[in-house]
Amino acid sequence: MTNPAVMTLAESEQGTSLWQDAWQRLRRNRLALFGLGVITLFVIVAVLTPWIAPYGYAQQNLELGASPPSAAHWLGTDIFGRDLLTQIMYGGRISLAVGFIATAVALLIGVTWGAVAGYAGGRVDAVMMRLVDIMYALPFMIFIVLLMVVFGRNMLLLFLAIGAVEWLTMARIMRSQVQTLRQQEFVEAAISLGLSPAAIIRRHLVPNALGPIIVYTTLTIPSVMLLEAFLSFLGLGVQPPQTSWGLLISYGAETMEEYPWLLLYPGIALTLTLFSLNFLGDGLRDALDVRGAKD
Amino acid sequence: MLQVENLSVSFVTRMGTNQAVDGVSFTVEPGRTTAIIGESGSGKSVACYSLLGLVPTPPGRIDSGTALFEGRDLLQLRAAELRKIRGRDIAMVFQDPMTCLNPYMTVGRQLMEPLRYHHNVSHAQARERALALLDEVGIRDPAATIDNYPHQFSGGMRQRVMIAMALINEPKLLIADEPTTALDVTIQAQILQLLKALQRKRNIGVLFISHDLAVVADIADQIVVMQAGRIVESGDRAAIFQHASHPYTRKLLHAIPTGSKPECAPATDALITVSGLSTWFGPRDTPVKAVDDVSFEIRRGEVLGMVGESGSGKSTVGRSLLRLVNVTAGKVVFDGIDVTAARNHALKTLRRRMQIIFQDPFASLNPRMTVYDTLAEPLLLHRIADRSTVAEKVLRLMDDVGLARTFVRKYPHEFSGGQRQRIAIGRALATRPDFVVADEPVSALDVTIQAQILQLMHDLGKEYGLTMLFISHDLAVVRQLADRIVVLHKGTIVEQATTEALFEHPQQPYTKRLLASIPGRSLLAT
Repeated sequence: MTNPAVMTLAESEQGTSLWQDAWQRLRRNRLALFGLGVITLFVIVAVLTPWIAPYGYAQQNLELGASPPSAAHWLGTDIFGRDLLTQIMYGGRISLAVGFIATAVALLIGVTWGAVAGYAGGRVDAVMMRLVDIMYALPFMIFIVLLMVVFGRNMLLLFLAIGAVEWLTMARIMRSQVQTLRQQEFVEAAISLGLSPAAIIRRHLVPNALGPIIVYTTLTIPSVMLLEAFLSFLGLGVQPPQTSWGLLISYGAETMEEYPWLLLYPGIALTLTLFSLNFLGDGLRDALDVRGAKD
Repeated sequence: MLQVENLSVSFVTRMGTNQAVDGVSFTVEPGRTTAIIGESGSGKSVACYSLLGLVPTPPGRIDSGTALFEGRDLLQLRAAELRKIRGRDIAMVFQDPMTCLNPYMTVGRQLMEPLRYHHNVSHAQARERALALLDEVGIRDPAATIDNYPHQFSGGMRQRVMIAMALINEPKLLIADEPTTALDVTIQAQILQLLKALQRKRNIGVLFISHDLAVVADIADQIVVMQAGRIVESGDRAAIFQHASHPYTRKLLHAIPTGSKPECAPATDALITVSGLSTWFGPRDTPVKAVDDVSFEIRRGEVLGMVGESGSGKSTVGRSLLRLVNVTAGKVVFDGIDVTAARNHALKTLRRRMQIIFQDPFASLNPRMTVYDTLAEPLLLHRIADRSTVAEKVLRLMDDVGLARTFVRKYPHEFSGGQRQRIAIGRALATRPDFVVADEPVSALDVTIQAQILQLMHDLGKEYGLTMLFISHDLAVVRQLADRIVVLHKGTIVEQATTEALFEHPQQPYTKRLLASIPGRSLLAT
């Protein structure tokens, strides 16, 4: 038994943070857990692909041609006799990378931009948000096509271009969050303690605004992946021999009458990922909802 | 008329079963008021809500009891039958008039809705009735305001509308759940008077729920005191106020702010001089003059009380002193330094010396930071402690504000309102400031907690040698701490005097009105 009057920090009771609380709630949501599980699995597979893929990345078997699923090729082969499972695994690497990296870019720019605009208010806010409005008004497809034409097709550019569009909504969400939080007395207390604006944004505003941002992030990743699929489908995205799920679906669609599995399996992979992320986003929204969190 | 016997309600959750109401019995007679008194969590609201089927089941569960209302047991009625009684024979008035009115519907339409739901009346008849009632509850010029939206009314006026809405079907029983807690004292006095007058005129029974014995001192006939789901004492008003036998009732009585600060601070020089302070908001051509040409001084070591209704600008004065809002004109001089002109490093140094404690202990703490982080932040920022000594300093601070050290790594949502206010006080004192603005620090708390926090602030004020600006709408609370009092009304100073002089010989009619509004004066004086 420790004496409470001379107790030190290490002996005190560990509190439950709102994050832990949210995790407790999320854990009871089966669908969200399923989503989390699928995403984790896909990410692990994507990382390990070069070592665990059953065939080489560009390994062709022209004699075999397009063959339906078999013991040697679980998901069949394409018209060049390439193993579809291998293609999907490599394609997943690109698709997931686009999804996560572009979203991370959007997150970084959007959260910073929105937090600064919301905290500063007044003229700074007006100028920053008008800029966002102008960017919104730009026709996105033309923007991407122009980028691709001027700089040539290139993966990094693709990430940046998508990220540069997706951060706009993120900034708006963050700004409205910060505007509400700014009115709260704990922010005033921080000002009266003499904290610098940067410290207030970092320590007091961003952590409290993260809930909606995380939810929106999980919903942005699928939309980014769809965007990539769409661009690849149009021939603007990933360039062969590199592949992505969008590209695989595009090829599969061309030959779907003769070789339906070429469309089916990449389609399933993409759909499963999108569903999982949406389930996870939904679950997170419920788990992070502050209304239930108090008691 | 209403006879509740042995009512027990429990809540069944994942964490287990929680007995919210345990064997409670009380009655309400026609034309009389029964008051149920208890702190938050005492089960007083649950007991009353369960009568009307307003406690969600599950998680709620009514374990036993009867509630006879005109010969029928409310607890046995089916939902459809209960719905007919609710709003017609039994009506409710809630605490917060802001959230209980639909902001997208005119007041008139909301008033007519229950009437047309329960009775077959024409639109014109309903409107006529609504107008008459608005007039009766003291709304000026009802014909002009009936088609206004709730936001166009002040808080007190909205509560009057709520009362009119409750009365529109001529109920026999009115359940009022803390109907004045969200209101200023002057408005509170008016609403209490109104309720009493309407009750006499219509001979209705009133069940009045409150945490504050003083509020019901003037209106209750029967008083029921609840603690932790049980009734600890009940009786008529005189018996409770004069011969309370249960220690908890005595504690509640004791918590009613009376009396004044025992010894006044000796006269010293001014720490803060405010001259011609004006703080305006909004557009330049039609500004809202929140604070308009206010001058006063705060002497070293004294507690200056600042009293006024909501909208009087008292909070804005406090924030102006700390440069939390931009001042339009005038000067604030703190210990020889012009606060309004301070920049960068000078301002940061000033911030260390001036702190603020807020009203709402739920909004004033960052929900993502532990107590440790909250208290360590100012210590590290102003280099009062370094990495090696900060833990010990934080724990000392916890001792000072009366929080057990074992809670240091907990988060704000794990504390009660009173405990949170202690954390907020700890944060304000961490920098060892010379001056603290306390902006309604106890208004959001239960009365017994109020008394504890006031005591703590008094003790710490002495220990830390603090100069304090204590802002409140409640004169009785201010009286306990303040050496001198400034009365603020519509952004200007009405009167300033020593606490004793102000209470004994108020000069201005406005001050006299404030004094007359202190709840329970009649009973407590005897």
